[in-house]
Amino acid sequence: MKKIMLGNEAIARGAYEAGVKVSSAYPGTPSTEISEFLSVYNDVYTEWAPNEKVALEVAFGASVSGVRSLSCMKHVGLNVASDPLYTFSYTGVGGGSVIVVADDPGLASSQNEQDTRMIARSSHVPVLEPSDSQEAKDFTKFAYEISEKYDTPVILRTTTKLSHSQSIVELCDRKEIPDKEYQRNVKKYVMMPASAIGRHLYVEDRENRLAEDCSCFDVNRIELADNKIGFITSGICYQYVKEAFPNASILKLGMVNPLPKQKILDFASKVEKLVVIEELEPVIQEQIQSWGIKVVGKELLTRQGEYNSKMLKNVFGEKLDDTFAPKQVAMRPPVLCPGCPHRSVFSVLNKLKLHAAGDIGCYTLGAVAPLGVIDTTVCMGASISTLHGMEKAKGKDFVKNWVAVIGDSTFLHTGVNSLINMVYNKSTCTVLILDNRTTGMTGHQEHAATGKTLKGESTYAINLADLCRAIGVPNVIEIDAFDVDNLEKTIKESVNGDQLTVIIAKAPCALLKGQKFPFVCKVDDSKCKKCGMCFKIGCPAVSKDENGFATIDVTACNGCGLCLNYCKFNAINKVER
Amino acid sequence: MKTFNVLIVGVGGQGTLLTSRIIGKTALNNGLDVKMSEVHGMAQRGGSVVTFVRFGDYVIEPVVEIGEADVIISFEQLEALRYAHYLKKDGVLIVNNCRIKPMSVLTGASEYPNDVLSTLRQEHKVCVIDALEVAKTLNNPKVVNTVVLGFASKHFDFDKQSWIDVIKETVPQKTIELNIQAFNAGYDITND
Repeated sequence: MKKIMLGNEAIARGAYEAGVKVSSAYPGTPSTEISEFLSVYNDVYTEWAPNEKVALEVAFGASVSGVRSLSCMKHVGLNVASDPLYTFSYTGVGGGSVIVVADDPGLASSQNEQDTRMIARSSHVPVLEPSDSQEAKDFTKFAYEISEKYDTPVILRTTTKLSHSQSIVELCDRKEIPDKEYQRNVKKYVMMPASAIGRHLYVEDRENRLAEDCSCFDVNRIELADNKIGFITSGICYQYVKEAFPNASILKLGMVNPLPKQKILDFASKVEKLVVIEELEPVIQEQIQSWGIKVVGKELLTRQGEYNSKMLKNVFGEKLDDTFAPKQVAMRPPVLCPGCPHRSVFSVLNKLKLHAAGDIGCYTLGAVAPLGVIDTTVCMGASISTLHGMEKAKGKDFVKNWVAVIGDSTFLHTGVNSLINMVYNKSTCTVLILDNRTTGMTGHQEHAATGKTLKGESTYAINLADLCRAIGVPNVIEIDAFDVDNLEKTIKESVNGDQLTVIIAKAPCALLKGQKFPFVCKVDDSKCKKCGMCFKIGCPAVSKDENGFATIDVTACNGCGLCLNYCKFNAINKVER
Repeated sequence: MKTFNVLIVGVGGQGTLLTSRIIGKTALNNGLDVKMSEVHGMAQRGGSVVTFVRFGDYVIEPVVEIGEADVIISFEQLEALRYAHYLKKDGVLIVNNCRIKPMSVLTGASEYPNDVLSTLRQEHKVCVIDALEVAKTLNNPKVVNTVVLGFASKHFDFDKQSWIDVIKETVPQKTIELNIQAFNAGYDITND
């Protein structure tokens, strides 16, 4: 049967067909949908872990016990999981284990553009890289074969364009893999120095064997044609090269770590000019250069962003004239949705002229005009520790102008560790947990405080306030995120106080399913003085009409009523829809 | 069949994703090779979004290059202007007559041009539909995207029934009838 599938759906299908029994992941664009698609299959246990380190360790445990396992994450998630990764590489596997890592060239939804292949090289973990949905499925299955044959975890690397593009896939049946019997093996699974020395030697030997063998793997394929120019490429870039130069010779690499040296040498000898096309870092190019072979690539192309066929034609083929010139148009970056509870909190921070150390989530959008309250965004959990660093550097009074803001899911990911540090090291800061009951930015995934599992089953919901109290936060306050008066008073008191305070601002994400919005806000033109105060909250539903009056788009408004608080003339009313 | 290139553009939340999936499935059901590229994650939050659909006998890359689009379906005026240079010389631009002001316009930092449609008409073949008005006659402003799709479908070489079959298997069960009505209503609108 043929089906059109998202790259991520095809990876999930591949894991299912490969007989995977356990999968653990933390959501992160562009990897999130893999777990969601996989959770539909009853034969596979799937879960959301609080973070990627936990997810990879769960996959390790499942593998050691003797079944095939999967863990999925985005590129920056692999940083969090890199601690177990480097040593999982030493231990190798029981049942096959695959780590899907989705890179984000072009930063569709990320804080950097790091290249997973660099981490794979330094941890000596093999990497397969598919170039369409069919390969995403096939390579996932092949990854399990490699994993078990060479006793190694395998990274399946995707990029945003592969994860989030759709193409046709031929479905197969699931193949049940009998569980291996668990066997205690201290030399293999207890990485203390005496055993790790042996395993390090094993890893070195394994990589050498793989480098030799992979010249014969079908996933590394030479398409010989015109010999004037030969492209070495992998992943989605293969499609760009093929589109731009249908008659060129191509060495398509399905395995990008280690590289098939012999095959590359063969290919190089058959073409006049050798070019590597790879997004992000020149990982392939530099290795080939280190073998003394002349090859070009990054001298002509950027490390930043995604490539496309037109760009390649312009660089390596004929220069193309675009038919039409692009128009200068006002930018439209993403914004907080109408009715978003983060806006309510940020409007108060803006009013109080406070700075905020930010974190990873939709609330990063609070950095831009008109709210403009977020000053720093680095990585998951960093808001709390960043603010703590500021207090230790500049003293108590400095942080009276600051708060940390972090989402509920991000807090449970790694924020809680930073908060433990604040408690332990006598912080007097104010931390705002923006509890919207979901993992918002990645598209509404459950987490440990929502009371639901990835499979939709009911479970214990961690109480964030109790958790903060349990680790010793002296002052924990729960508050309705839309109660701006109370919020203003509480934040003011807290930043001016000398006690570490966690304020949990609660209201569900406006896009969360099952909510009813019986009200809309309407402007009374007879009372509107055109003062523009209601525009300062940055709600996309509120705008200026042709006569300068405020107007509210009823199809966009969901009646949160935040704008009412900022109209001094009572010109906005909340009415039934 | 030579590869046919489509862009669906709009503002996050307008239904570009669902529309591109309906087009892709319709092409698949017509026995063609299909590739699509979508936007997920933060970009969906009210930002400018573009999805690509390509179909034909053999499709290679999943994105449409600048100057290569046969059809652009835009759910919003400013987004039509932003992506119009993706059109081929003889391509068709289908624009929903809707204006959503970006934040920079709301805050007064930039302007929303008044003459978007006439600017577009200077260079391109433009078909405009006021889909919200049509949707209102069905008492549901949420089916705007299906109205636009019905209107745009006439620029594709698929019969009407194959679109309706896909709508039936794609939209939520409860909204099938409404979406078919919306598709038909858009289909019945003639170009201005």
